[in-house]
Amino acid sequence: MENIVIIGNGIAGVSAARHIRKLSDKRIIIISGETDYFFSRTALMYVYMGHMKFDHIQPYENWFWEKNRIELVRGYVTKVNPNEKQLLIDGSRAVNYDKLIIATGSKPNKFGWPGQDLHGAQGLYSKQDLDLLEVNAPNKEVCKRAVIVGGGLIGIELAEMLRSRDIPVTFLVRENSFWNGVLPSGESQLINEHILEHHIDLRLGTNLKEIVADENGKVKSVIIAETGEELPCNMVGLTAGVAPNIDFLKDSGIEVGRGVKVNRFLETNIKDIYAIGDCAEQHEAIGNRRPIEAVWYTGRMMGETVAQTICGNQIEYKPGHWFNSAKFLDIEYQTYGWVFSERGMKEYEEHFHWRHSEEKVCITISFNKENNQFLGINTFGIRMRHEVFDRWLTQEKDVDYVMEHLIDANFDPEFYKNYETEIVSKYNADFGKSIKTKKKSLKRIFAIG
Amino acid sequence: MSTYDRSMALTGQPPKELSRNQKIATLIGLSGLAIILLAAFNVDFPNKALWLSISLAAITTGTIWFSWDMYSKKEPGIKNDGVWFKSISSKGFWGWIAGISLTSFYIILYFYPEYLGLVQKGDNTGVIGLFDPLSRALSGNPASQWFVYGTLYTVAILAFGIKFIWKYRHNRYERIRTMSVMFFQTAFAFIIPELMARLNGSSVLNGGSLPYYDLKNMWPLNYYNFEGYRIKGFLSSGDIGFGLLIFGVLSIFVISPILTYKFGKRWYCSWVCGCGGLAETAGDSFRQLSDKTVKAWKIERWVVHSVVVFVTLMTTAVIYSYLGNDTSKYWLTKSTFLIGVGVLLTSVFALVMIFKREQFQKDAKYGAVGYLVIILALIGFHFFSGEGQVFLFKSETLRKSYSFLIGSIFSGVIGTGFYPIFGNRVWCRFGCPMAAILGFQQRLFSKFRITTNGGQCISCGNCSTYCEMGIDVRAYAQKGENIVRSSCVGCGICSAVCPRGVLKLENGPLQGRIDSNQVLLGNDVDLMTLVNKK
Repeated sequence: MENIVIIGNGIAGVSAARHIRKLSDKRIIIISGETDYFFSRTALMYVYMGHMKFDHIQPYENWFWEKNRIELVRGYVTKVNPNEKQLLIDGSRAVNYDKLIIATGSKPNKFGWPGQDLHGAQGLYSKQDLDLLEVNAPNKEVCKRAVIVGGGLIGIELAEMLRSRDIPVTFLVRENSFWNGVLPSGESQLINEHILEHHIDLRLGTNLKEIVADENGKVKSVIIAETGEELPCNMVGLTAGVAPNIDFLKDSGIEVGRGVKVNRFLETNIKDIYAIGDCAEQHEAIGNRRPIEAVWYTGRMMGETVAQTICGNQIEYKPGHWFNSAKFLDIEYQTYGWVFSERGMKEYEEHFHWRHSEEKVCITISFNKENNQFLGINTFGIRMRHEVFDRWLTQEKDVDYVMEHLIDANFDPEFYKNYETEIVSKYNADFGKSIKTKKKSLKRIFAIG
Repeated sequence: MSTYDRSMALTGQPPKELSRNQKIATLIGLSGLAIILLAAFNVDFPNKALWLSISLAAITTGTIWFSWDMYSKKEPGIKNDGVWFKSISSKGFWGWIAGISLTSFYIILYFYPEYLGLVQKGDNTGVIGLFDPLSRALSGNPASQWFVYGTLYTVAILAFGIKFIWKYRHNRYERIRTMSVMFFQTAFAFIIPELMARLNGSSVLNGGSLPYYDLKNMWPLNYYNFEGYRIKGFLSSGDIGFGLLIFGVLSIFVISPILTYKFGKRWYCSWVCGCGGLAETAGDSFRQLSDKTVKAWKIERWVVHSVVVFVTLMTTAVIYSYLGNDTSKYWLTKSTFLIGVGVLLTSVFALVMIFKREQFQKDAKYGAVGYLVIILALIGFHFFSGEGQVFLFKSETLRKSYSFLIGSIFSGVIGTGFYPIFGNRVWCRFGCPMAAILGFQQRLFSKFRITTNGGQCISCGNCSTYCEMGIDVRAYAQKGENIVRSSCVGCGICSAVCPRGVLKLENGPLQGRIDSNQVLLGNDVDLMTLVNKK
């Protein structure tokens, strides 16, 4: 019986394990130094906020693993030896494998700021980071102010977490508008306003110079690069992105760049070793995607794919249309297809942007100005149906068609206000069109008949 | 999980601590309860109408002020901050205190109303005496323990309903649904029956009387609807009474199946029902306490369906007991009735087994067959054993034990008293025969489902945690599978708390209502078609 070892019990590793078990009777061992059981990393914030307890964010009951004969080992892999087909746990225990899947995820970036390793400075990625946050910022008495460095998804989540305990937060963002490397300006502006609504001290176009220690080696303050201002604080959140967590592979002979280099079959340069999830790096990016995709969904998809390959049905990793989602404080964000920010826009790309006059609701639709093909949509405060957009992208519908049938894609709860008429009338005004909105049709939505 | 709280403040830290407004509001609300408690200890209030008004107003004001302070200062959106840090909502000290107090209240209410001041001959004293003025104003009769309970129940649904609307003010489905349960409780469960009682003996009813009838409360939730005294009451009032009796029969056999087919059982359980109304409003703070384990689900299926069998047997026996044998007196005789029941149950069983058998798990099939055999055998008793014994027990014994075990202990003492321990839908989930029957229809013959949005689920667990029926919603969502479960009451909170907008309650086509995917949307198209081949 083949012995499959998976390093990492995140969504990528666990998806691979589950699918290998569905397809075969191979022995499966998952090794993790972080936790005993798989949990949803994206939900860590809710544990600190008191929405859930830690066991609630574990998607499977504890008996699940034994019932499905997936062996769990708690330990930290320190070395991989491909010649012996063996790895070391915590520098001592040896485990042999026939096939190895590396799914070790990421670690928070540190850019060499002075004081970045002081007590009170931390990232937010792992369960250990969450426990550390309970020490560094248990309440507003211990943590009189927190400073967050880096304006991305983790940064804004950390800000929301700290605000739930009334801790004053200063949010340093390098860009001159929140996340505008990814979001078009209108949307980025909407989030800027929303951050301020939540009483977060947002500092745009601001960089960190250094973190200052008190006499006990704990964080005392930070110094802003642009102004030299000193901000007293008890905790610094380092949330300027993440990088693959692959230090233990040094000298193993496995080819690495920023992540573990893999081909389209998620195979590394060494036979029988695969890498998936956050830590895998494609030799060439797939389509418009980045070579390293630190996204929940892609981790899951790589796990699904590599399981087929390992079970004898060799399949290339060919993700479908790009999609993603997030939540900025109270605003839900979904994206289907490609909508680039002004910085990353393709030369053929044109945007249509609509924003509600009062509520925090907006959409941006991206299309090809040469042939009007619909390329993608960002929605804020409106839920949209994944299947419908996936179908439209596959069928290469033009933007007029999408506008006409926009109501079909709406996924908001029943009785919610619809904005389609407003959106389409602005579209008509912007582009001199006379599109009329169609009525919602269940037949079209569910592709029946 | 350990929280390192090094603060010495007694009231705790945000998000747990109470603001000054919330403390004052709590004081006002509790002072309203204190008046009722004093009355229970027979403190004689001089002007009862005034003191009752003060008491109910204080309870309402306190609750509304508290919620206003809690939610009005925040941006609209999901605000479950600190739910698991507060002892009241996480089975902590105050949770247990609340559970024990509520349970004690129910035991006194159901079994010892004399302690509340119920006097059979003469004027009521104590709490019931305090409510006399209001009862006389509505129905013209003195109050009973049920009137006191009904009033407090309605106040709770209204005051906490406002809290709920505030909490979910960004969500129109929740707002409308809550207004609906507030309306049905106030009008149909509280005021209309009182006014109907006022009519008793009047010319409108030809001098007859109507039983105290909450129109929306149908059998089997209203397990006593076909008992002898009620039938007599209906039939004493000419056409109106007869019409209501017919309505009672139609509502279970015609009206509810049609509505459930179109909308799922939510039209009743979370839009109309009084038990659901209290659970969704006053019980909302405890929704996260329901048990989500597979074990709990297995227990739930057996217990709730056993209650259905129990109520069917009990009602059959009760109706049997007052029917005669002589066709010349009345067309419906003991034998005709029993044959009718037997035919109905067998045909339901046969139709389901023929058309929907693939949707049943093995234990459900065995259970259904077993129960059907038991019921038919017991009905057979009548034909083999001669007079009077339809079932092993006398119908009166069955009726009494159902009313005690299910009607009082399960639905009241456990169902509501244990809100802070087992969550707010214990009764609806494990006990309510009505919910089981509607759930059966919802699972097999309904357009309703909770749609999962393609591959967008991040397995965070908010939906499962906040499902009051203990459904592990996440287990379906992360497989890209729609949620079609008997127990779902369609409260819509899973969809509301989902941070990625993955869930939507909707009534759609039957085709492909239940699809699970091995590989979710977003991956390689060829792989999806290869693996998801049905």
